[in-house]
Amino acid sequence: MNFILPLVPIFVIGILLEILVKSGFLPSYLVPSTSEVIRSLWVDRVELLNGFASTAIGAISGLIMSLVIGLIAAICLSLSSALRRAFLPYAVFFQTVPIIALAPVLVIWFGFGRPTVVASAFIVSVFPMVANAIAGLQAADPRLIDFFRLFHASRWQILWKLRLPTALPMIFTGLKIAAGLAVIGAVVGEFVAGGGLGEVVDAARTQQRLDKVFAAVLLSSFLGLALVAMIDLVSRFSLKPWSIERSA
Amino acid sequence: MHVVDLEGVNKSFSKTGPVLENLDLSILKGQFVCFLGPSGCGKSTLLRLIAGLEDSDSGRLTVQAESTQGVSFVFQEPHLLPWRTTVENVMLPLELGGQIPKAERAEKATDALESVGLGEALQKRPHELSGGMKMRVSLARALVTNPDILLLDEPFAALDEVTRFQLQEDLLKYWDKEKMTVVFVTHSISEAAFLAQRQVVFSKRPSRIIADRASRLPNAAQSRNAELRLSTEFLSEVRELSGVCR
Repeated sequence: MNFILPLVPIFVIGILLEILVKSGFLPSYLVPSTSEVIRSLWVDRVELLNGFASTAIGAISGLIMSLVIGLIAAICLSLSSALRRAFLPYAVFFQTVPIIALAPVLVIWFGFGRPTVVASAFIVSVFPMVANAIAGLQAADPRLIDFFRLFHASRWQILWKLRLPTALPMIFTGLKIAAGLAVIGAVVGEFVAGGGLGEVVDAARTQQRLDKVFAAVLLSSFLGLALVAMIDLVSRFSLKPWSIERSA
Repeated sequence: MHVVDLEGVNKSFSKTGPVLENLDLSILKGQFVCFLGPSGCGKSTLLRLIAGLEDSDSGRLTVQAESTQGVSFVFQEPHLLPWRTTVENVMLPLELGGQIPKAERAEKATDALESVGLGEALQKRPHELSGGMKMRVSLARALVTNPDILLLDEPFAALDEVTRFQLQEDLLKYWDKEKMTVVFVTHSISEAAFLAQRQVVFSKRPSRIIADRASRLPNAAQSRNAELRLSTEFLSEVRELSGVCR
């Protein structure tokens, strides 16, 4: 039942759209009918699937970069409040930067193709990763930090045995937010650098193939959903001892 | 021999002002001392000073432990690591010291858990344990290094009375066996009367010592049992102690 309920609205909207477009109430040059989108999903399946795979690789690469670099940055920033005060305002840059405006510059730096796509996915997804990881690393129980200090624990031991495990649930939350953003970043990167679903959308738009545009958009949001669902699955599995403690 | 020695120790916090003023106190090796006083009077701060978790503003403070890991601490709440099993939680202080091989760490942790009556729960995680059992794990974690000085900050305050009585008696048995120095902070008069050889009573902030007395009850740990709690000697001890607290 949990699986079926979210499918009800999209089913209703699909039927409604079909009726509205086929009856001529909505002009078909503005909105494609549901059946046309489904037909495009089938007819253009090779191009769409290749695009999907390419966008997936770009988005996942950017996301992995965000995870690794974001985590290292968060660990460095969590070590000193002076570092945090000096650099955190600049980390906000990554959150507020209009990626659409920056994307053409990325092409100049990284050329046409995947590196630009990955860089774009990274830039929009790294901030939530850093922000959540820092918050998690600083959430360690002060009494436990006292206990570690009492037994002469090194900074490294406090990080590895206390701060990182404490932060794990929040790191997963950051990763989930970053996953959705990485797909957006990848598609925007593909608008300017070519390849993937971004290029499919751009090309179909110029050909007035709105059905294909919608098919590609559907696939890219499905990619985001799939990534979030996968991370959710891993986190549920690996965070069992944490979540039970909280609900108890 | 004094293991803890304070001379003219001062401590204040910017938020609360002076907490300890010109404090002198010595604790003998192997003594079971209770710090008794109203909540927020600074007795916990004093305990943290002895542990080395805070620095005094002025005055002289010496703590003589036989090894670098000779001082151990039990908090008001168990503060266990939820992602570790019971035995892994107890192994923690041994890992932080280094040097001790892994097999030996597990063995010592198992011994410590058995000595607090939790030999059955080695592989359980904290969320599977009751409040009293969690506190036992916390106690085992503090005892696993065989400390010379054991500091406890109102450790049983959050437990139900039956569990609290049981843990008090177990702690006394352990102290009798290991003969370490114990400093036990509490705001419960009957707890201090039951446990301590010596009771140090503190005033409200800024803390002064208003009484420092030896218990009139027999010191042997065996005689401090459930029966003692119902005896007239215990009642008169409680009465006398509450007299000095006023």
